[in-house]
Amino acid sequence: MVASLLRVMALIRKELLAVLKDARTRNMLLLQPVLQCLLFGYAATLDLSNVPYAAFDRDRSTASSALLAKLDGSGVFHRIANLTDAADMQRLIDAQKVLVVIQIDPNFQRQLSVGEDAAVQVIADGRNSNTAGAALGYVNAAVESFNADWRGDHGLPPPPVQVNARAWYNANLETRWNLIPALVGTITMMSTMMLAALSVAREREEGTFDQLLVTPFTPVEIMAGKAIPAMLIGVVQATNALLVAQFWFRIPFAGSYVTLYVGLILFLLAAVGIGLFVSSIAATMQQAMLYAFVTIMPFALLSGLTTPISSMPPIIQDFTLINPLRYAIDLVHRVYLEGAGLDRLVPDLWPMAIIAAVTLGAAAWMFRNRLE
Amino acid sequence: MAAVAAGAPVIVCRNLHKHFLRKTKENVQALDDVSFEVARGGLAALVGPDGGGKTTLIRLAAGLLTADAGELSVLGIDVKADPQAVQDRIGYMPQRFGLYDDLSVQENLDLYADMHGVSAADRRSKYPQLMEMTALGPFTRRLAGQLSGGMKQKLGLACTLVRSPELLLLDEPTVGVDPLSRRELWEIIRGLVRDQGVPVLLSTSYLDEAERCEQVVVLREGKVLAQGPPKDVTALAEGRTFMATPPRGETARVTQTGLLDDPAVIDASPEAGEVRIVRQPGQPDGALARLKLEPTPARFEDGFMVLLRRAAASDNQVQKAPAAPLVAKDVVIPADHEVVVEVRDLVRRFGAFVAVDKVSFEVRRGEIFGLLGPNGAGKTTTFRMLCGLLSATSGTLKIAGVDLRRGGASARQQIGYVAQKFSLYAQLTVAENLDFFASAYGLRGARRRERIDWAMAQFELGPVAGLLGGQLPGGYTQRLAMAAALLHEPQILFLDEATSGADPMARREFWRRITALSQAGVTVIVTTHFMTEAEYCDRIAIMDSGRVLAQGTPAEIRARGATKSDRQPTMEDAFIAVIEEARRPAPHEQAA
Repeated sequence: MVASLLRVMALIRKELLAVLKDARTRNMLLLQPVLQCLLFGYAATLDLSNVPYAAFDRDRSTASSALLAKLDGSGVFHRIANLTDAADMQRLIDAQKVLVVIQIDPNFQRQLSVGEDAAVQVIADGRNSNTAGAALGYVNAAVESFNADWRGDHGLPPPPVQVNARAWYNANLETRWNLIPALVGTITMMSTMMLAALSVAREREEGTFDQLLVTPFTPVEIMAGKAIPAMLIGVVQATNALLVAQFWFRIPFAGSYVTLYVGLILFLLAAVGIGLFVSSIAATMQQAMLYAFVTIMPFALLSGLTTPISSMPPIIQDFTLINPLRYAIDLVHRVYLEGAGLDRLVPDLWPMAIIAAVTLGAAAWMFRNRLE
Repeated sequence: MAAVAAGAPVIVCRNLHKHFLRKTKENVQALDDVSFEVARGGLAALVGPDGGGKTTLIRLAAGLLTADAGELSVLGIDVKADPQAVQDRIGYMPQRFGLYDDLSVQENLDLYADMHGVSAADRRSKYPQLMEMTALGPFTRRLAGQLSGGMKQKLGLACTLVRSPELLLLDEPTVGVDPLSRRELWEIIRGLVRDQGVPVLLSTSYLDEAERCEQVVVLREGKVLAQGPPKDVTALAEGRTFMATPPRGETARVTQTGLLDDPAVIDASPEAGEVRIVRQPGQPDGALARLKLEPTPARFEDGFMVLLRRAAASDNQVQKAPAAPLVAKDVVIPADHEVVVEVRDLVRRFGAFVAVDKVSFEVRRGEIFGLLGPNGAGKTTTFRMLCGLLSATSGTLKIAGVDLRRGGASARQQIGYVAQKFSLYAQLTVAENLDFFASAYGLRGARRRERIDWAMAQFELGPVAGLLGGQLPGGYTQRLAMAAALLHEPQILFLDEATSGADPMARREFWRRITALSQAGVTVIVTTHFMTEAEYCDRIAIMDSGRVLAQGTPAEIRARGATKSDRQPTMEDAFIAVIEEARRPAPHEQAA
C-alpha cells in the first residue's frame, strides 16, 4: 500500500514536472483562465447599452417628446438621428447605423388626450435576433413606464395588472453574473480534458508507455498518477477564475467554498475520466487531440452556458445528461449565486460521480488490454 | 551549370570548420579542420564514433548547413555560394528519411517525383527500373508505415533516386536494418556506382561496409584520423592480430572481457568460440601470457581500433578505470543454473496473420540469449509477450516462474526492459528520469541514493545529468536507457536492439557491461542486427516468419552455414544461409 502510494506520488511529480517545466506551457495553463474570464466578462455580455436608434417623430408634441425622453434616459438607447423622411428608416437599418427605429404617428398626443389608443411603431433589425429581441424588451419597458406616468399625470386609474418583477440572486439580471461563474467550469474542463487526453497518448507515441507498463505500476496506479496532476491543475485554474470573478468583477459569492470545491473536484474527476478514456482509445497524439476536440465542443455548447437546456429538442436534452459540464455549471451557479448547500446539490453530484466512475474504469481497463 | 572536368573529384573539402552552440551554451566543435576528397565514380564511407561529425559533414555537403570556415565544393559548385544548385543535382537520404507512413509505396514515389518535377516520360522509364532494383514491385500498394525497416530504407533510396542524381549522400542507410536487407541495400548501392557511375558518399557504423568502399574517412571528434583506401587502415593492424582459444572451462566472452583493460591489448572480441585480439606492440604480455596466440590476417575493424586507440592516447585521456562491478555484492549466484525464462509453443496472431508461430526456448540463469532474425520475423512481438506488454494467443510463457501478464507488480520488479527506440522521458533531464524510475521501482532512502550514484558513475552520465532526455547526444540515450532499466537490479534483462545505430566503441562498452551482468547472475535476452554481437551470446535462436529456424550456441549455428567452399563462414553468412534455406520453397512446391 505504501509502495503503491509512493509510486503514484512519483508519477504525479513526473507529470507535473513534464507539464509545468516549460514556462510557456505553465503560463498558458495558469494565466489562461484569468485572461479568458476578463475577455468574456467584458466582451461576451448580452446586456445592452448604447443601442443606436433613430426617432421618426411625426407628432412633435410634448407627449411624443416625453416618450422619447424615456428611451434616451434609460441608459440603454442612444439616439443618433431624428428622421423627417420615411425612406431614411430603411437606409439607416440597412446600413446597420441603427438597430431600432421608433416611429410616432402624427396624432399621437391628440389620441392620448381623448382617451383613445395611440400606436408607436418600432422597427428592429432582425438580422441579429438576440440583440433585437433584447432591445424590443427595453422599448416595451420604456413605453410601460410612459403609460404609467401619463395615467398618473392625467388622473386616470392605474392599469389593472401590473408586473412587479424582482430577480433573485442577480437583481439586475447581469449576464456577467451568469457567465463568469459558468466559465469556472468550462475553462477548467477544456484544459484538464486536453491534458489528460494527451498525457497517455504522448507516452504511447513516444514509447514511454511500454516502459511504464513493465515497471511495477498497476493500471490503477497509472490512472491515479495521470488523473491527479490534471485535476490539480484544474483546481488551480478554477481558483484563478474565481478570484477574477470576485475581486475583479466583484460578483458576490453567496455559498460555501467547501461545497464549491467538493463539487468542482467531482466534476474534474469526470472531465479527466473522459480525457483519459479518449487517451486510451487513441493511437497517436493527433487522434487524441481530435477526439478531445470533437467531445469538448458539443459539451461546451450544450451545457446551458449560452442557451438554456430546457429549450433544446428533447433528444438533445437527453444527450446533455452525459455532459459533466451541464451539472458543473448548474452547481457553480447555485453555490456561487444562490448559496446552495451540498444536500440541495445531490442531483448535480451523483451524475458526475457516475460519469467519472464509468470513464475512469473503462480507461484503466483499456490501458492494459488494448491490443497494438 | 558548372562543368566538372572528367576525373575531377566530386566533393572537395578543405580545412572545413563547423561548431554548434548547445542549449546549455556549451560550444561543440563538430568539424575541426576537415579536408578530404571524393573521387568521381567512387564509393566513399565516413566512419567513426558517434558525435564524430559524420552527419554534420553530410549535411554540409547537401547544403543544409553552412560551414564556419573552409572550402567545400560539390560537383564543382561552391556549396556556400549556391546551395540550391547543389541540391538540384544531388540525392540526399537522411538517417530518418521523410517517408509518409499513411501513403502507399507508389504514392510516396509519386510525391517525390512531383516535388522534383520529374516528367511523365522519365517516370515511365525510371519506375520499373527502381522497382526492379529495390524489389518493391509487389508492394506498391502497401502503406509505407507497414513496411519493414529494410523495405523502408529501400523505398527511401528509390525516392532519392527518382530524379537521377549526379551524386548520392546517404546518412547511415543501413541502420536498424537486418543482415538480409542490409546485403540487398548494399547490392543496390554498389550497382549504382558500378553500372551507372553515380558517386556515393555514405556514413556507416558497420565497419565491414566501410571495408567494401574504395575510400574511407575516419572522423573522430570532428577531426580526420585517416583517409584513403580501407586497406591502408587495415595495414595498421597487420601483424598484430591474433586468435586465441580460451582456457578450458572459460567462455570466449569471459576471456575477452578479461583482456579489455590490459595495456597490451588494443581490442579483443569473441569470434567463433575463440578470441580475436589486436595487440599493442612494445607492451609486456600481461594477461596474454596465458593464451596461445595464432596470427591471423587483419581486418579493417582491427585497423580502425588501432587508430582510435592512438587518438585516445594522444588526447592524454586518462585510461579508463576498470568498470565497477555492476551488481551489488550481496547477490548470490545459484550454481544450479535453473531455467528462468521458459517459452513453450508460444503463438500470437493478429487477425489472420501469425506473427509468432509455436516458438519454444528456455534460458537459464546467467545466460545471454540472443534472438536474431530479419525485420518482421516476430522478435519484437515475442519480446513484448515476454515482458507482459502483449497477451499470447496460446502457449505458455514463464518468467521467473510467472506469466508477467498475470503476475503482479512484484513479478515486474524482477525484469528490466530496454526498448528498441529511446523510450524515456524526453522532457525530463537525465537526473529526473533516473529519479522517476528509481521511485517507480520503489527504491528509497540510502539504497536509492546509492543506486542512482551507481548508475551515474557506471554509465558516465554525470556530465549530462542536467540535459533533457531529448537533447542527449547519440550514444548517451542508450546508456541512460540501460541505467534506468538496471536501477532496481533486475534478475532478467530484456534488450530489444539496444545497440542499433551505436558506434563500434559504444557497442564494445555495452557488451562489456552485459558480460559483467551475466557473471553476476543476471539473465539477459537480446535482439540485435549486428551478427558480430551474436558471438557474445551463450545461445542464439534465429527466427523468421514467426518460427524458430535454428537454436544453439554460436558455434553450432555457424556450423549450419558451412559449405564446401566456405568451411568457416562468418556469423552473418551462417545467418543468411539459415534464413535462405528456410525460405527456399520445398521441392514439391517447386514442382507445382
